[in-house]
Amino acid sequence: MSQDVETIIRTLLSDVLGLSSEQVSALQDDSELFGAIPELDSMAVAGLLTELEDRLDIMIDDDEVDGELFATFGNLVRFAETKVAE
Amino acid sequence: MRPQPLHIYYNTAGQSEYGLRFGPADADRIVLILPPLFDEMNRTRRMMVEAMRHLAKRDVASLLPDLPGSNESRTALSEQSMESWRRAASDAAIQSKATHVLSIRGGSLLDDATGLPICRLAPVKGASLLKTLLRARISADKEAGLVTSAEQLIIEGQRHGLNLAGHAIGPAMLGDLEKALPVLSDATTEAALSDVAGTALWLRSEPGDSPEMSAALAGYIDQWSATCGR
Repeated sequence: MSQDVETIIRTLLSDVLGLSSEQVSALQDDSELFGAIPELDSMAVAGLLTELEDRLDIMIDDDEVDGELFATFGNLVRFAETKVAE
Repeated sequence: MRPQPLHIYYNTAGQSEYGLRFGPADADRIVLILPPLFDEMNRTRRMMVEAMRHLAKRDVASLLPDLPGSNESRTALSEQSMESWRRAASDAAIQSKATHVLSIRGGSLLDDATGLPICRLAPVKGASLLKTLLRARISADKEAGLVTSAEQLIIEGQRHGLNLAGHAIGPAMLGDLEKALPVLSDATTEAALSDVAGTALWLRSEPGDSPEMSAALAGYIDQWSATCGR
């Protein structure tokens, strides 16, 4: 399951940010997202969250969303895995 | 030669609204395109217009109307609702003599008002569109040092309307978006993204382009429309 969530997030980042499959496969646990990827503005984050909810069938509370969540690729994957397990 | 557009107008709710038309004047197939809504429309317009050019080369005409309050429209967005947009979709279909409908994303919330055969691409619930717009507003507020919540914004919006990511959403539109769902019927076909070499351009943070998707989408619509509703 853990692998699935990570794959889904890679695909989602590619869809939202228009990254190539090479760029997306190169993302590591400690790859920085927010701040490092200029395309990731507040509108993109909003779309990403809603799409994440739809694709993983989870609900994300706006209180849970902060800078930390999008700080690194690993943070985002771990957050999503926790939500899926809930 | 690269197909050239015709600039047409259709009437809805007493106003004249712009539409972009491609293809032969006497085409026996005319596809009405109901575009994604709000920001998503801007992000996909180039892809849609290129698909229209490809359709024209296949002798299929197409029309991309402006919904009242969007794009070139001189009508206020804050006065629109899903109901006024559904009427606009129906008016555009009748006045353009459309034979088929292609709806993309939020366009699928309007398509059944036309009574025509429909092909949908990535249909979305109104509530999902609203949620994304609210999130963008909340995060912009946060950057400005304001703490707002979705519940609080909705209560305010039901009274006075809301500005969400630059879109003036009136109380009627807000209420309609919360409830709006794509209506399924025998007239509806859904194209998978993989059928049209698709990437989710509507999610992109910047308006993008995909020549492969435009060509594949036109090919798909040509084949689909040849087999139904004629």
